[in-house]
Amino acid sequence: MKEILILILSAIFVNNIVVTQFLGICPFLGVSKRVESAIGMGAAVTFVLGLASAISWLVQRYILDPFGIGYLQTIAFILVIAALVQFVEMVVRKFSPSLYNALGVYLPLITTNCIVLGVAIINIDKGYNILFSIANGVANALGFTLALVLFAGIRERLDFANVPKCFKGIPIALVTAGLMSIAFMGFAGLL
Amino acid sequence: MNYLKEFTKGLLKENPVFVLLLGMCSTLAVSNSLSNALGMGAAFTIVLVLSNMVISSIRKIVPNDIRIPVFIVVMAGFVTMIDLLIKAYFPALNESLGIFIPLIVVNCILLGRAEAFASKNGILASLFDGLGMGVGYTLALSTLAIIREVIGAGTILGYPLFGPNYQPALIMILPPGAFITLGCVLAFLNKMQEKKAS
Repeated sequence: MKEILILILSAIFVNNIVVTQFLGICPFLGVSKRVESAIGMGAAVTFVLGLASAISWLVQRYILDPFGIGYLQTIAFILVIAALVQFVEMVVRKFSPSLYNALGVYLPLITTNCIVLGVAIINIDKGYNILFSIANGVANALGFTLALVLFAGIRERLDFANVPKCFKGIPIALVTAGLMSIAFMGFAGLL
Repeated sequence: MNYLKEFTKGLLKENPVFVLLLGMCSTLAVSNSLSNALGMGAAFTIVLVLSNMVISSIRKIVPNDIRIPVFIVVMAGFVTMIDLLIKAYFPALNESLGIFIPLIVVNCILLGRAEAFASKNGILASLFDGLGMGVGYTLALSTLAIIREVIGAGTILGYPLFGPNYQPALIMILPPGAFITLGCVLAFLNKMQEKKAS
């Protein structure tokens, strides 16, 4: 129990997946213009990453390992994730139209989000069991959501700031992300 | 002559990192030293050229509806090959690039080139397009890596530049330095563009 708690805290704050490990930068820069869309994207990623961690672990344990085809890991995982995202999209559309309206546009984007594949591979590399894998997946997704929402809040204000012309848009956003990354390094002594 | 144009457009005019803003994750993560940047650039270029050529050669027999999964499997195949080769022959590089080698497969530049170029053009043109984009990516990565390594560690490819009294600004090779360097380089390029236009 204690180990899982430490794992979750470290994934959210200390080793935040976006600002210290550089996974998922594309949505971090692309979907962070408004707080509402940041929350939507974060929720969609959390949902898919929890599922993907479990399924990729099962695929590795019960398909790739017994047949000795571990070298097909990258191909197998990317297909599993792509299929999973499609499947989640269909299920959500059928059973919960309101949730679909909230998450719908973000779901297809997740296939190319390197967080999902990255965390699936990290789970296997670190030898986590299925419970730890799911906890790690959800915690990393929460860390992603936290960084995304904080960043969106800053960017909403940046729109009104008087920045030099050549820094407008992406450059100032990157410098801001750098400052945020420094702030997150303050958590380094936490655990 | 035409092929030369396909090659050079990726270097500056349509540079995948600085102009198209694609493939940010690996750009930020592996630009902490020049040797990492060159290794990653080489691996990426090989995957891009090979997958561009294969995708271009099968473009007429792949049904339009399932083209994206097909493209992804082709890319994942080449990425797996490169991953295994690096693990076998360059264990030190494998150690420092780590998870970012398998993650080449979700690099937006790969799918972007497959969709925008290789699925519409011939094999030779796709080869040069892939080569140009790959070299452009390596150039961008190396630019960032040189800035970060010189300021952050005072070395270039591991050789010390400034003598023993230099105090390196460690922040530049840590994660924050990546964001700040890329932001400043992009702002500098914008400034140049402005000057050129006026």
